Amino acid sequence: MKALGRLLSYLKVYRGMALLAFLCLMLATAGNLAVPALGQRVIDKGIVPHNRHLVLLLSGSIIAVALVRAVFTFYQGYLTAKISQGVAYDLRNALYEKIQKLSFSYHDRTQTGQLLTRVTSDVELAQQFLGTAFLQAIGGLLMLIGSVILMVRTDAPTAAVLLVLGPVAIFLFLFFFRKTRPLFVLAQQKLSQLNAALQENLAGVRVVRAFVRQAYEIRRFARYNREVMEVQLKVRRTLAFAMPLIFFIANLSTAAVIWLGGRSVIAGRMTLGELSAFTNYILMAIFPIFMLSFLMGSIAQAAAGAQRIFEILDTPLEIQEKPDAVPLPPIEGRVEFRDVWFRYFESQPWVLQEIDFVAQPGQKIALLGATGSGKSTIINLIPRFYDATRGQVLIDGYDVRDVTLASLRRQIGIVLQDTLLFSGTIRENIAFGKPEATMEEIIAAAKAAQAHDFIAAFPEGYETHVGERGVTLSGGQKQRIAIARALLVDPRILILDDATSSVDFQTEQRLRKALAVLMEGRTSFIIAQRISTVLDADLILVLDKGRIVAQGRHEELLESSPLYAEIYYGELEEDVAVRRERLVYDAGEVA
Amino acid sequence: MMMRHHTKMLARESDRARNPRRTLRKTLTYLKPHKVALAVAALLVTLNALFRILGPYLVGVAVDRYIERLDMSGLGQTMMLLLAVYFGDWLSRAVQMFITATIGQKVLYKMREDIFHKLQQLSLRFFDRNETGDLMSRLTNDTDAINRTLNNGLAQFIGNIIFLLGVLVSMLLLNWRLALVSMAVLPLMFLSMLFFTRRAREAARKSRRELGRVSTELESSISGVRVVQAFGREERSIDRFRRVNAANRDANVETQTVTAAFAPTLDIFGTIGVALVLGAGGVLYSRNLVTVGVIFAFLNYVRRFFQPVRAIGLLSTQVQISIAAAERIFDLLDEPIEIADAPDALPLEQAQGHIRFEEVHFAYEEEKPVLRGISFEVEPGQTLAIVGPTGAGKTTIVNLLMRFYDVDEGRILLDGHDIRRLRLDDLRRQFGMVLQDTFLFSTTVMENIRYGRLEASDEEVIEAAKIAGADAFIRRLPQGYETKLGERGASLSQGQRQLIAIARAILADPRILILDEATSNVDTRTERLIQRALEHLMAERTSVVIAHRLSTIRNADQVIVLRQGQIIERGTHHSLLAARGFYYRLYMSQFGEDET
Repeated sequence: MKALGRLLSYLKVYRGMALLAFLCLMLATAGNLAVPALGQRVIDKGIVPHNRHLVLLLSGSIIAVALVRAVFTFYQGYLTAKISQGVAYDLRNALYEKIQKLSFSYHDRTQTGQLLTRVTSDVELAQQFLGTAFLQAIGGLLMLIGSVILMVRTDAPTAAVLLVLGPVAIFLFLFFFRKTRPLFVLAQQKLSQLNAALQENLAGVRVVRAFVRQAYEIRRFARYNREVMEVQLKVRRTLAFAMPLIFFIANLSTAAVIWLGGRSVIAGRMTLGELSAFTNYILMAIFPIFMLSFLMGSIAQAAAGAQRIFEILDTPLEIQEKPDAVPLPPIEGRVEFRDVWFRYFESQPWVLQEIDFVAQPGQKIALLGATGSGKSTIINLIPRFYDATRGQVLIDGYDVRDVTLASLRRQIGIVLQDTLLFSGTIRENIAFGKPEATMEEIIAAAKAAQAHDFIAAFPEGYETHVGERGVTLSGGQKQRIAIARALLVDPRILILDDATSSVDFQTEQRLRKALAVLMEGRTSFIIAQRISTVLDADLILVLDKGRIVAQGRHEELLESSPLYAEIYYGELEEDVAVRRERLVYDAGEVA
Repeated sequence: MMMRHHTKMLARESDRARNPRRTLRKTLTYLKPHKVALAVAALLVTLNALFRILGPYLVGVAVDRYIERLDMSGLGQTMMLLLAVYFGDWLSRAVQMFITATIGQKVLYKMREDIFHKLQQLSLRFFDRNETGDLMSRLTNDTDAINRTLNNGLAQFIGNIIFLLGVLVSMLLLNWRLALVSMAVLPLMFLSMLFFTRRAREAARKSRRELGRVSTELESSISGVRVVQAFGREERSIDRFRRVNAANRDANVETQTVTAAFAPTLDIFGTIGVALVLGAGGVLYSRNLVTVGVIFAFLNYVRRFFQPVRAIGLLSTQVQISIAAAERIFDLLDEPIEIADAPDALPLEQAQGHIRFEEVHFAYEEEKPVLRGISFEVEPGQTLAIVGPTGAGKTTIVNLLMRFYDVDEGRILLDGHDIRRLRLDDLRRQFGMVLQDTFLFSTTVMENIRYGRLEASDEEVIEAAKIAGADAFIRRLPQGYETKLGERGASLSQGQRQLIAIARAILADPRILILDEATSNVDTRTERLIQRALEHLMAERTSVVIAHRLSTIRNADQVIVLRQGQIIERGTHHSLLAARGFYYRLYMSQFGEDET
């Protein structure tokens, strides 16, 4: 009920229209009542006295009333549609905004399909309620109140019947409402799971096919599908029991009135006319109860949907701007980690411990370490994708938590491990971080990212459409577009998280040269799998199990860090082998 | 020669002639298994309508016949009868609702199952061209739209028809002249119904499509939320969504406006009917052909007569929404499956692992050839390495080999059989692959690895993880092998995901191993460990390796160098180096020295 109340508060924006819609409803209802009254007059004043003129006149006026009423009915329907769809629009926007702002850690544990269900299906439930059930419910309530007033004024004993009937009906209504609402919530949850399973299946279509797991996936889906069906069946069957029951009770009370009233008439305690009025009122009072029972499912469903909508809207933002956050002024690019510790949740082991280092403006920082040693995590703390659990991350002396997110992230160019492109053209994808960029700028960025040549080779060039996730591009091509995207922003801090893993060596060579030029004057962080690619770094951080085990320049580390030396010489061995091969084949060529 | 066959995007409204009858027929096939239950439900609806007519009638009898005549015992009997009628009303309504709800949910279940089943059969080309969000919308939102009609539409429809017939008969019996006059507006009502339902269907189609777009936009932007945040582009992304959202809102308002206009139109006709009765009644009364009482009764009947007509009319617009939704579902279900088993497809128990490409041509999109005349042969147990610049077509070769796509020209043979003649499942079961783009499911690490072989024991899973060099980091995860991964394996680094994918392929124990950039995101030390494990595995089976780091392919039996969709060099690592061609330059360039 609380969720419903909050849902109704969204009507506030549309209160003018809502009032108008309600007015239209009242006028249309008045028109409805006027037609029988007019009909009566036609007979009494026109037909019986043979007044043909009046017959025509009044019949005409009936049609006129109908026309006017039709206009009101239409406007009422139209306004209700506008209002309910408007609220749905507002709710979807609010949800979307919230989802866009929820932090990485939230998205790490939430499935796309689940969120999708809330924005589409749950909002639709709320909309249907506002679109139809709500006005009807209000109309029904008004009728109930009206008939109660009428009854109390004319006939107290009938009102007494209502005093019994009303509470019973309302009790039943509330009882079943309470019973079905959690079921509806459950039904929506199950639907979310189904959607999540579906979304994953579609996103992972290649893996499913490759491992011939269609049958397994179908079984898995069937389980979710069955669960959805079972909850739905349960709730629908409950309604199938509840609704006719309330009906039955209402019917019973009619019978009771006739029975008791009939006895009174026969016993001479009541006139027939009184009984007739009596039954009329009872029917009037019962009608809204019928209506409420019809609307019960819809109301409970809307309450469930609203509850799930507000769950998302009320989720606290883990990464939040402080109220007094200042915009980060144009930075020089000094990045400092001051005794940073990090873990995802309190109960979980530390992912980073005692991370301490300083990157001076314009320096090139390389992060090295085994898979899972925390390289990406460090990088994720700089644009504040996650917050450090302990310690501070400072940029030009500003704690990243003290500045606005937009001003922080706009000054950082990042190429993530997952090179995700959006549906749209290549141009749009490169310009993602800077939509106002000119074509020249875009081409320049693409050239720097070694992407221009292959883009230009497409018949439509930069206007080539990349499908969902850019499927028709190879991994290396996607990676280079992602690099161009980061370069276009012209950031002070550049982060390359394993950015060149999917390109071939010749491209990587060229790319690295281009990047080297671009990195001039910018603070850059590079995660690389090979030392040979970062020999010239100003600072190399060697990570092991979430700790920096050594830091310094290449030459220093060779001396000071056995781990570093081991990795380096391991690579060198291969290098030497290649050099030897080269000598051999070059010599062969000469000979 | 194979015909080039390109799937288009799922047909849009404009490019497929709409046939509501087809949609209706197909919907009926879903109802067919429930025909007995449906018949019972229809019977109950009929009964219920009768009870509903009987109730007021008995009340009238009680008042007019017994109370008026002070007949206590007659009243008692009538009241007992009335109670029985009310009880029957309750029972028939409850049972009918129970049955229709059950049928509705079962039909929905079946529809979702069929859609999912279909989605499992469609080839990758289909998914290249259709948005995930839109497909999801079809499976959930569109089935739901059908549900709404199924749930109460049927009962309402039958109930109203019966009611209508009852009123019609009483009207004709009372005064056939007046009855015919009052029915004069029926053709007009019918015409307006035709007019409005067509509009409603068109508007509903647009609504469903726009909802699909909302879903698409959501799906892609939620999956890409990290990129959006990284670039601080939330506002722009929100603007984009607002546009799609607004289009959906407007389409919905349009659909509902049609309904909002239809109801009063019917009311107007109904009232004209009333006016006609009055006018004609006046004329007939003056000629003594009718009494005032009859006119009175007629007024009541006419009002009751137009109520079900109105309900049926409005129901028909609701049905249009369901039809529009059903069209989207059946479009998907009717989508031809591009890659399917031939009727006489051969089973393949266990392949030897002999692979042969003969003059293979392929393009993802017309006019953009990706492979141009690829031929090579791999003997069982051999390792083939595919080398070349990005975009040369390396991954495409793998895609064709596993029959994710069919070749445009030429053929691919496995153990001497054209792979299009083999059973698809059998073919793919021969392969274990680790892809460039590692995909993990949001379940536990254990289950992700087990995906390679569902019946594998926990011990076998852990063994595979050890071979892949993944065991150590998995044990450090909060719940070890039982750690639940985020969507697509979020919360693991790309390198970790790759290790899990390798373990998954190892567990599958395939005849043919495909490694497409399997270790590109792994540090060199870990890579060396995996390499050693993989070498062991590759020894007894055919392997296809794609790698940028050329050191990983030194031991391949055969290397083909791909450039712009053609094989420009082939040989062994040593012979290719000795040739000092493209491969030589590619290879030498990787250690930081200039190509020249």
